[in-house]
Amino acid sequence: MATNPVRKTAVWLLFGGIGMFCFALFVLPPLYDVFCEITGLGGKTSGPYTQEQGAQQNGAQQNGTEQRPVDLERVVKVQFVATNNGAMPWEFKPLVQEVKVHPGQAQKVAFYARNATRRDMVAQAIPSVTPISAAKFLHKTECFCFNNQPLKAGESADFPLVFFIDAELPRTVNTITLSYTLFDITKQGTEQKAEQSTGKNTEQDAPPLAAVL
Amino acid sequence: MAHGPAKGIGRWLFATNHKDIGTMYLWFSFAMFLLGGFFAMVIRAELFEPGMQIIKPEFFNQMTTMHGLIMVFGAIMPAFVGLANWLIPMQIGAPDMALPRMNNLSFWILPFGFALLASTLFMEGGAPNFGWTFYAPLSTTYAPPTVNFFIFGIHIIGASSIMGSINIVSTILNLRAPGMTLMKMPLFAWTWLITAFLLIAVMPVLAGAVTMMLMDINFGTSFFNAAGGGDPVLFQHVFWFFGHPEVYIIIIPAFGVISAIIPTFSRKPLFGYSSMVYATSAIAILSFVVWAHHMFTVGMPLAGELYFMYATLLIAVPTGVKVFNWISTMFRGAITYETPMLFAIAFVILFTLGGFTGLMLAIAPADIQYHDSYFVVAHFHYVMVAGAVFSMTAAVYYWLPKWCGRMYNEALGKTQFWISFIGFNVTFFPQHFLGLAGMPRRYADYSLQFTDWNMVSSVGAFIYGASQLLFLYNVISTIRSGEKTDDPKVWEGAEGLEWTLPTPAPFHTFSTPPDVK
Amino acid sequence: MVSKAKRLILSTLGTVLLGFATQASASGEAERPDGWSLLNMTEGVTGVSHSIYDLHMLIFWICVVIGVITFGVMFYSMYAHRKSSGRTPSNFHESTAVEMAWTIIPALILVVMAFPATKGLKDLYDTSEADIDIKITGYQWKWQYEYLGEGVEFISQSSTSQASIYGKAPKSEFYLEEVDKPVVIPVGKKVRFLITAKDVIHAWWVPQLGVKKDAVPGFINETWARADEPGIYRGRCAELCGKGHAFMPIVVNAVPEEEYLAWLAAQKAQAAVEKEAINNTLTFDELMTSGEAAYNRSCASCHGVAGEGIPGAFPALKDSVIALGPVADHLDMVINGSQTNAAMQAFGGQLSEADIAAIITYERNAWGNVPEADKTVQPVDVLKFKQGQ
Repeated sequence: MATNPVRKTAVWLLFGGIGMFCFALFVLPPLYDVFCEITGLGGKTSGPYTQEQGAQQNGAQQNGTEQRPVDLERVVKVQFVATNNGAMPWEFKPLVQEVKVHPGQAQKVAFYARNATRRDMVAQAIPSVTPISAAKFLHKTECFCFNNQPLKAGESADFPLVFFIDAELPRTVNTITLSYTLFDITKQGTEQKAEQSTGKNTEQDAPPLAAVL
Repeated sequence: MAHGPAKGIGRWLFATNHKDIGTMYLWFSFAMFLLGGFFAMVIRAELFEPGMQIIKPEFFNQMTTMHGLIMVFGAIMPAFVGLANWLIPMQIGAPDMALPRMNNLSFWILPFGFALLASTLFMEGGAPNFGWTFYAPLSTTYAPPTVNFFIFGIHIIGASSIMGSINIVSTILNLRAPGMTLMKMPLFAWTWLITAFLLIAVMPVLAGAVTMMLMDINFGTSFFNAAGGGDPVLFQHVFWFFGHPEVYIIIIPAFGVISAIIPTFSRKPLFGYSSMVYATSAIAILSFVVWAHHMFTVGMPLAGELYFMYATLLIAVPTGVKVFNWISTMFRGAITYETPMLFAIAFVILFTLGGFTGLMLAIAPADIQYHDSYFVVAHFHYVMVAGAVFSMTAAVYYWLPKWCGRMYNEALGKTQFWISFIGFNVTFFPQHFLGLAGMPRRYADYSLQFTDWNMVSSVGAFIYGASQLLFLYNVISTIRSGEKTDDPKVWEGAEGLEWTLPTPAPFHTFSTPPDVK
Repeated sequence: MVSKAKRLILSTLGTVLLGFATQASASGEAERPDGWSLLNMTEGVTGVSHSIYDLHMLIFWICVVIGVITFGVMFYSMYAHRKSSGRTPSNFHESTAVEMAWTIIPALILVVMAFPATKGLKDLYDTSEADIDIKITGYQWKWQYEYLGEGVEFISQSSTSQASIYGKAPKSEFYLEEVDKPVVIPVGKKVRFLITAKDVIHAWWVPQLGVKKDAVPGFINETWARADEPGIYRGRCAELCGKGHAFMPIVVNAVPEEEYLAWLAAQKAQAAVEKEAINNTLTFDELMTSGEAAYNRSCASCHGVAGEGIPGAFPALKDSVIALGPVADHLDMVINGSQTNAAMQAFGGQLSEADIAAIITYERNAWGNVPEADKTVQPVDVLKFKQGQ
């Protein structure tokens, strides 16, 4: 019986199957993240905006955000909404509901959060932008969502956010909604989580699996 | 070499003979079909009228989930693997499957996988209740504690499928009789070759998806949890990257069965053999690049929706080619209407109807209204039941005389066909109306305007369910006391190597390879 | 897109051939098909829903034509080429020309279909300035609506009673499609819906508005509608979200703009009144009566009408540690949710102080429960607890 060629085929196929398993587990999730980053799929925003990024994009050698071109002709409405996920009991809301900004102009706003429970808690805010086509044109230079946010029992805080809208924003978009969903991550290993969730937003992060293996 | 089967239970436990393993697969899948069918009867009984009468909503969700999982992974897929085991060695002139011991293992782990899955019904928290598509976070953060059993069950079932597929590919690529070139193989072997490649490619993706779930649930990762930087929508992408090829895995072997039966009873060679092969391959390849058409309402960029819409529309072309080829095969033949042919013709009609609704669903803006409604339920039952199950039934009637040397009762077969055909359409045609009128799928209860068609649908379901018992009776009585036949061809118009073997097919066949011209 | 005239012809054809009849009347409730006349998709009352309907009918008729031709040939040969008519079969089995033709022609038909579909899809992605923004949050098993910039926010849930679901009370005309508080929108204005979810994925579907969008926890989606006619439009959750999936209907009340503005003002006024009422002290009987109603609305779907819970999934409240123990823990559980079970939401932001007080009082005293202490809880107690004890 021709066992050798059979075994060869079977082994190749087995490796193919194992390869697909690894592909699903190790390649698809990071690939999806990269894809989201590029297209703004799912309304995901990118991590902290750096000057190098700006320099790259503008192809210029300026070294400060002040030199970013500001399009005074155009006004874009930016709305803020806040949602508490699941059993997250904090009070959480934007201090201003909407601002009108010129593309390129940096704007500072804040969200109010209060832990009215009887226990110390840690929260993580997850940003999301709609319309999807605007997601990659909203740049945050400072955001409370880059880190987890601990609040002691009864404590409250104003969470800051500094952002600007890219001048490249498509003309068809006049209103952008920036949504934050607040998750309770007290129970999770907060240290590790924090790295993961903030790291997630930058390019040099490892897939979430790496934190476990 | 020429010895018969072992005696007693050992024959089955230690089976390495492709015919024995094929038989076990077929009986196992039929048992699962009856179990999944029973769950469907519970669902339809509850939906007979508005209000909750028989079960509670949480149990209803367990029923829809288990019905889907068992029908897809327990009934249809193993049934076709069983058919492949029986027929592929006989059709390509091989003595057995290439890896007989792995064949034994791939069958025998299946009952354990399903026992694990079904046992959750009796556990605290109940069976999986998140639909057979198990979208996160309903299947992770919000899942019942039994979800781990579900995950292990899926792993076992997946391993079984992958082993079965490796076996089939190895057999077809290595054990063909001299002269049996690939382009001379019967279409059933071809469709299974393509299906097996699909399975090897995507069952591991399913395993990956449930592994990610397992880690999210038990080890604190955040693949699908937004709080840790993950994304529930990623689950849907991974799932449908498996899921869309999966639905073609279910239907492609059915194409092979129909391509054997229609020429036989038309007494005319299959029209466009090579275009059939190319069309099937095209369908298989396209199935990898259309997955997100299951997610048109999830919030995708315009460009994404346009791409997935166009790519999906493209699938209609090779599918159309297949249907036209079958009809051309019948054209100017000399057709008779035995039971297998009746089921095959019903397949062509009903599968094409399912294809039409598929075309409608592909239109992204219209899908805004169709998505997750009973229209979708009607669509996939037209392709899954009238497609896969009808073709399986046709295959059993067609090859059963060859397998056991006894003829089934034709009158009973035709009766079963008509009851099935009518029952099926009465069940599922009204579901198009319900979906268009706004009834979402997986609803345990519904508002009053949907009552009438739901009643009709339930009545149809009971008729269809009963027809399967008739099928079981017909098969058993054929095996036990059917009229004996020893005509190798059985059917006047049958062509192919399996019909050159004696009837009933001996335990060992083609120990010396046949000569294929 | 198909012109208006064509649409008229198509829908008339549809009506004549298949009995489709789905027009909305101008007065309040949209007429809806039921029984045997329930056959087709609604045309709806927005530009988008009309264009979806046109597209649906266009493709439907294309499929009908293809089907008639294909099955026509098949049925002809089934009859004419049957063996019993004494035929000998032909032996042809390929024809490159024919096979090319039936590859190319369907491809061309698909191209024809793709044009209107592309245009229809682009309309859905219109991002022009909206008149009103409503944020919709899906909960296990209700919807929350927030009118952005207006300070109006409320939860809308099914008003169908458990009794009528389980056949202990008659079913009303709008069984499982009636809510306690419908969402109100003005006619002729572009309303932008911002959709998200709190727990699992839901989908907000109102067929007559031509709107269906997934509500994904942690992410925000948008879609829009401009209702052309006033009316009450009923919809449902379309994505499996757990056991209450079928029990979280949507009711949209489209009204003329003046009426909408008056409604909005009334909402704000009512909120002020409720704020005042927090300081009122209620009697035990008052709390128990309103508590039973509020409990059945917000708690009974998991914990059971008799507080029996569902073993393995939802704890019983009868004789439970929480219901009989210290009132502060009870308040904490209801207001802040459970730390161990994600299904127990934080109701502090969902229910009024009066409702929470009534529910807690009811849970502590109903079904034979006898609390250790603190038989009743007043709205002001809830407020104090919320403000940091």
